[in-house]
Amino acid sequence: MRRVVITGAGTVNALAQDVPGTLRAMAEGRSGIGALDFPDVDRLTQKIGGQIKGFQPEVHFDRSQMTLLDPFAQFALVAAREAMAMAGFDAVPGDPTRWGAIMGTAGGGNSTVNDAFRQVFAEGKNRVHPFTVPRLMNNAAASHLAMEWRLMGPSFSVATACASSNHAIGLAVQMIRAGLADGMLAGGSESMLNFGGLKAWEGLRVMSPEACRPFCATRNGMVQGEGAGVFVLEDYEAARARGANILAEIKGFCMTSDAADIVAPDAEGAARAIRGALKDAGLAPDQIGYINAHGTGTAANDRTEAAAIRAAFGTAAARVAVSSTKAMHGHCIGGTGAVELLACLLALNEGVIAPTINHVADDPEVGLDVVPNVARAARVEAALSNAFAFGGLNAVLALGRV
Amino acid sequence: MRADVQDQIISILAREAVMDPADVHPEMSLDELGLDSLSLVEVIFAIEETFDIAVPFNANEPSQSEFDISSVGAIVRAVERLLGGLAPAPAAA
Repeated sequence: MRRVVITGAGTVNALAQDVPGTLRAMAEGRSGIGALDFPDVDRLTQKIGGQIKGFQPEVHFDRSQMTLLDPFAQFALVAAREAMAMAGFDAVPGDPTRWGAIMGTAGGGNSTVNDAFRQVFAEGKNRVHPFTVPRLMNNAAASHLAMEWRLMGPSFSVATACASSNHAIGLAVQMIRAGLADGMLAGGSESMLNFGGLKAWEGLRVMSPEACRPFCATRNGMVQGEGAGVFVLEDYEAARARGANILAEIKGFCMTSDAADIVAPDAEGAARAIRGALKDAGLAPDQIGYINAHGTGTAANDRTEAAAIRAAFGTAAARVAVSSTKAMHGHCIGGTGAVELLACLLALNEGVIAPTINHVADDPEVGLDVVPNVARAARVEAALSNAFAFGGLNAVLALGRV
Repeated sequence: MRADVQDQIISILAREAVMDPADVHPEMSLDELGLDSLSLVEVIFAIEETFDIAVPFNANEPSQSEFDISSVGAIVRAVERLLGGLAPAPAAA
């Protein structure tokens, strides 16, 4: 079976609009969460989020492009450009029909939907922008990546709520392993920080009014973010042959379904995904130095995820470092796994474990080393990235150094 | 306790629990009604819509909220306080 490696990474998120800035913020334990700024925010009870500030689309796109691009597609395109440059590519090598793009998103062009609804319902207009549909469709980001980089192989979008990015990256790995593609752009993108998008989230009453405190005894909910992460994935032998700088190998992937509840997580389904990723990677729990947790900061997720890690890791659970970077960049929903994979690269390549910030008090129900508040130096040979979605869909990636 | 408020809340809870309103009594807990956390969020929403009030409630810490949900009667009293414009009593009260 072919091995799959990451040779490029790109991101736009509330911490920074590139990978080096994001890694620096993660290492410093800096928060990108602040006051939300968009129309009608005063009518929300949720006033904070990991909103991307100072993003200038006109710097990245001309007018004719911009008119077709919802922010979630803009973030994806900008992240992909960084990833391709990092991989050393002006264009994909070889046969373009052997390259594709798989992108996760939950809400797709949610802000386009919000704008169009505002026009027809609130402003009484009878007309919306002619490109409303191509902007809002969930596959827009994947399609624009394919168009920009002339990727003519397997390309599509994946919508598994908060696990979308991990499913997208895992499927891209399987495409290369199976010989259906030689290389892929994969990741996820989300932009739901608008009045309608957040109003829907408020209804569930799972948001924190003040801060995201994953695994903390005082946690009281999630804080939403936005952004994208995109990775260049290649066949290991091809990457090595061209002398590429390999950032990590994606050694394992597993997806499971709880088949239980539409919102409540299930420890057994999550534990099966963790065990499956380890098995697929040929790794034992004590070889994992870092777990980037799903760690949303809700009562239910963090308790369940901690139980799942303890169940899957056994005695090794006491030694593995576990952190949730959502406390810094917010929960980027369909894009979150891709943004969080950067924390795994930070651990593997720079020996820095990003902290779980906003930690006030240990929760005895968690019982894990959650790297509270301050980053830690450690040599990490292999890492996991967890993503557990509403709907009980779990996706775990296992990464290792090459 | 105002009978109309109590009747309306019992009607909301009975609908959510798929029970006859005659079987829902003030001393009953939400557990006894078989209501899970998702149903509770719907109940809170229905109460807000029915009485045109904003209920302080976070599903992450339902027992920590200012809004007492320890029993059907407690919910009725909490709604009456919100309707009366009085500050909600602490959950421990």
